[in-house]
Amino acid sequence: MRKWKCCSFILALGLWQLLAMAGALGRTPSPVDVVKGLYDLIVTGLPPGYYLQWHLLASLERVLIGFALAVVLAVPLGILMGSSTVFDAVLDPLVEVVRPIPPLAWLPLAVIWFGIGLFSAAFMIFLGAFFPILLNTITGVKSVDPCLVEAARTLGARRQTIILRVLTPGAMPSIVTGLRIGIGIGWMTLVAAEMTGVRSGYGLGYMILTARDVARYDLVVAGMVVIGTVGFLMDRMVKYAEKRLLRWM
Amino acid sequence: MDVENGGPVVELRSLYKSFTEKKTGRELQVLDHLDLEVRRGRFTCVVGPSGCGKTTLLRLIGGLEAPSSGEVLFEGSKVRGPGPERGMVFQEYALFPWRTVLRNVTFGLSLKGIPHREAGARADEYLETVGLTGYEDLYPRELSGGMKQRVAIARTLAVQPRILLMDEPFASLDAQTRNGMQEFLVQLWRRTGTSIIFVTHSVDEAVFMGQKIVGLSKRPARMIKTFENDLPYPRNRTAAEFTGLRARILEYLAVEMLR
Ligand SMILES: Nc1ncnc2c1ncn2[C@@H]1O[C@H](COP(=O)(O)OP(=O)(O)OP(=O)(O)O)[C@@H](O)[C@H]1O
Ligand SMILES: [Mg+2]
Repeated sequence: MRKWKCCSFILALGLWQLLAMAGALGRTPSPVDVVKGLYDLIVTGLPPGYYLQWHLLASLERVLIGFALAVVLAVPLGILMGSSTVFDAVLDPLVEVVRPIPPLAWLPLAVIWFGIGLFSAAFMIFLGAFFPILLNTITGVKSVDPCLVEAARTLGARRQTIILRVLTPGAMPSIVTGLRIGIGIGWMTLVAAEMTGVRSGYGLGYMILTARDVARYDLVVAGMVVIGTVGFLMDRMVKYAEKRLLRWM
Repeated sequence: MDVENGGPVVELRSLYKSFTEKKTGRELQVLDHLDLEVRRGRFTCVVGPSGCGKTTLLRLIGGLEAPSSGEVLFEGSKVRGPGPERGMVFQEYALFPWRTVLRNVTFGLSLKGIPHREAGARADEYLETVGLTGYEDLYPRELSGGMKQRVAIARTLAVQPRILLMDEPFASLDAQTRNGMQEFLVQLWRRTGTSIIFVTHSVDEAVFMGQKIVGLSKRPARMIKTFENDLPYPRNRTAAEFTGLRARILEYLAVEMLR
């Protein structure tokens, strides 16, 4: 199985390289160009002196801040909304109207609130990650078998205990799914947010934008490859944590 | 039996329960004015056809439902909600899947404020009682149905309820395991002396375990008749007295149910 997965990857790369060498792709760089570009980004940097490592670090910082904020707010709120019909009835309409607004549409407001920089980018991430985590948490809480709640009550549990020791652990599988989706969307949102400007001059999205401005499409694709790889690795990490955390499943 | 052991632990007084059907808005009568006294320390079985309201009856005693009219008394006072003094064992086990066997049993103990280590020691005791020593660290999904039900029983016993309310706890077990569990429960009851109300739709099960067998009609459940069963324990399913009593009850219920 594993072999075959690699196979399709190599095949696609080979085809891409062939088409590029045959001149069929115009200004689109070939895989070899991209690898060279990656090397340039690490060694020379873009703009020169602004190395890939630092772009990556800046982006990770934003994503971690935004994501952590989303987790800290969305999980407790989701648990409240999932366990209380009153909370749910009051907040649900608001959530349903705010949710479809793309994070990028918030950018102008984010800039007047937080200025251009770390916090407005982190705010974009936060917006992207918040709703998937919230909705999955609510669903998770609501899907806990009512029988378990009743069992807890007959063992002497009151409301607070039920929320903390029955609904929360019971919702955990769904919450973790929310975290996975949330970090994925947050990561995608970040790059878009960075493309609209950062003050420090660092960030993967910003780097791609710079590459486009100087018409270095090999660097654009190299940046895309880094983003894809990092996104993939982050997902794997959450998945790994999930396996450890939810051994009981 | 002494006086302490003979007083009523649960009393139903003209207990009536109906549900409003969500779709039609119609009134669904489930329990039709039941009167019953359950004496302390006794093993009482409730039998009745499927859907007659047996689960509803137990849930009312457990405090998970409120009566539409009439009342449920526990040790002389009105039941107003669930509490650890009335332990329930559910048909579908209701174990917390994210907790190990041991931590399922300590759940109720920690709610009582019993310190961690003491709760663990006490849980171990009850796990030994139900024959599950050595399985403390497994998760519920790793257990067979019979083992899950024994964990559920240990979890309920651990909080030392004054009555055990059991809702067809062995219904989803295979015949052999079920017989084993029945013997186990009878031994447990004889050792601990806890009052038990055991709901089942199997007359055989009721006759094997119960001192008193309460027969309910089909819905809305009325009390048809109660049978005293003083066959000595451990009971023998093939003994003539056993099969005779079982046949008598079955016959009676069959006739009544047709009315
Ligand atoms: N919360 C509820 N809302 C509406 N109807 C209910 C509710 N709970 C039970 N009923 C109805 O009450 C009747 C009796 O249900 P109950 O579960 O008490 O029967 P039972 O004797 O335990 O059946 P079984 O042998 O199948 O377990 C059924 O018709 C059921 O549909
Ligand atoms: Mg039932």
